[in-house]
Amino acid sequence: MAHISDTLTSAAAGRQPVFRFVRVARQRALVLIGGGLLLLLILLALAAPFYAGDPRNIDPFVRLKPPSPEHWFGTDHLGRDVFARAIYGARISLTVGLISALLAAGTGLLIGVVAGYLRKFDNIIMRIMDALMSIPTILLAIALISLTGPGIGILIVAVALPQTPSVTRLVRSVVLSVRERSYVEAAVCGGARLPKVLWRHVLPNTIPPLMVQSAIVCADAIMTEAGLSFLGVGVPPEIPSWGNMIASSRLYLATAPLTIFAPGIFLAVTVLAVNLLGDGLRDLFDPRAKRRR
Amino acid sequence: MSGPLLKVEKLVKHYPLGDGIFNKDPKVVRAVEDVSFSVEAGETLCIVGESGCGKSTVARLLMRLVDPTGGRVLLEGTDIASLKKGELRDWRRRMQMVFQDPYSSLNPRLTAGQIITEPAGNFERLGRKKRETLAAELLKKVGLAPEIMHRLPSELSGGQRQRLGIARALSLKPSIIIADEAVSALDVSVQAQILNLLMDLQEETGIAFVFISHDLGVVEHIGHRVAVMYLGRIVELANCEALFAKPIHPYTEALIAAAPVPDPTYARLEVPVEGEVPSPVNPPSGCTFHPRCPLAVERCRIEVPPLVPAADGRLVACHVRATQ
Repeated sequence: MAHISDTLTSAAAGRQPVFRFVRVARQRALVLIGGGLLLLLILLALAAPFYAGDPRNIDPFVRLKPPSPEHWFGTDHLGRDVFARAIYGARISLTVGLISALLAAGTGLLIGVVAGYLRKFDNIIMRIMDALMSIPTILLAIALISLTGPGIGILIVAVALPQTPSVTRLVRSVVLSVRERSYVEAAVCGGARLPKVLWRHVLPNTIPPLMVQSAIVCADAIMTEAGLSFLGVGVPPEIPSWGNMIASSRLYLATAPLTIFAPGIFLAVTVLAVNLLGDGLRDLFDPRAKRRR
Repeated sequence: MSGPLLKVEKLVKHYPLGDGIFNKDPKVVRAVEDVSFSVEAGETLCIVGESGCGKSTVARLLMRLVDPTGGRVLLEGTDIASLKKGELRDWRRRMQMVFQDPYSSLNPRLTAGQIITEPAGNFERLGRKKRETLAAELLKKVGLAPEIMHRLPSELSGGQRQRLGIARALSLKPSIIIADEAVSALDVSVQAQILNLLMDLQEETGIAFVFISHDLGVVEHIGHRVAVMYLGRIVELANCEALFAKPIHPYTEALIAAAPVPDPTYARLEVPVEGEVPSPVNPPSGCTFHPRCPLAVERCRIEVPPLVPAADGRLVACHVRATQ
């Protein structure tokens, strides 16, 4: 009985505009929070020159100082402003994270469609992807960077490459299921050329799962970049990045904890924002997940 | 041009099971074995048979959605089974297909107008105006209102969707349409409407149909000639009235006897066909129907019966009945 009245009231509530707004907002809350947080971080990083000091300015007289009006998060072991460095570090992390996610998604989409639709190449492509997947991410990235020397370009490629197989597999699986649908066969019968079949009938189906996967890849890429910079193979040490800030400050954890917590918290919040966005997108695109909530 | 519109000669399709890298002698599914028939302009040839007998594979082979293992498909004298992909595109205009499932055969992201004019758009540039005129014209041909062109497939009923499928096939003004189970996904009342639409279209434009179905009632209604398939082979090919009046092949006989008749007083003839359809991976030797056939003799186990003319000109593949 209680169950019945429950469903009745919730059904009635669904019809009230206010409650409907709440329900829709809850569905989209993850996307809004994650996306908003990410947007805020991007704006902060872009506007850094207007409010943060010079992150490279070394001042030996104010080494490892606690927070003050001049240095909001204090200074590090070379007397550099931790707040400025954390904000400028966001530029590196976000650039590497977003561009390598785009790169991995684009490459994965292209290869995945080829493997899924033109079955001739499927076996070869997927075995190469399996091989790539079997190499640990960081190790593969280090190997790539050591081939050319450090730099932002190679860093982006090195972070994107290990992420490509997961996107490729996802896209391939979607393409494999779509190519059997009769509207794709109908398009072929109607004399559509291959690029048109792919663009108009196959690709649109891959976009929703691809967006969700891209968010996951982006979060992973940001972590990988931080890891590489921590190990000293990421960006050159004079460019501030959360990874190399944590690495250079780890000896001063006891004396100046903020030097390590500031980049750490920024890193955590960024990855959280991207993950929330990805979860939200998945819920939006997956009707089953929506009903369960 | 002389001779039939469509002539199929010794069409064969084998699907390999699994890949043959480690497997020296991969097994094959013998989906279609030695199928030959022809279709005249303005005629409806029906292909009937149980699930898995190769009907749909024949349709896909005719459309070159799959490449045949052997045999020829002559459309107006040109072998389309051996054409290169580029040359094939031009021939696609003369032969179109209507698909079984009106739900999966229409792209859910495109409007009805976009769907039905897409084939025409593949061969000539269509401006907005021209596209809308064409869409309205095609919709009228299949008995739909022109306003429907702006709707999405999800807003239409099954019958309306299948009409769109037919409109799409008509878009290129083909001389022959392959309809693969075109009505089996629809309600019976809607089925009748669609069948009548197809027959009207045939009367108006002289279009030929290869109509594939498992429903004998439908076949009897629409067909001029009927080919009965069993395990990838044609066992009997005859005029529609003759076939239903007096089936010769024991399989045809059993099939017709098994079809439901809308008459409660009708006493069903019990034809003793037992067992299941054998696997096409490992079909029986000789006549593939012999393990289930009440008339089978020793010869049926050894020799594949050829499709030979019977007394009234129909073709039958049966050692016992063909000579009688």
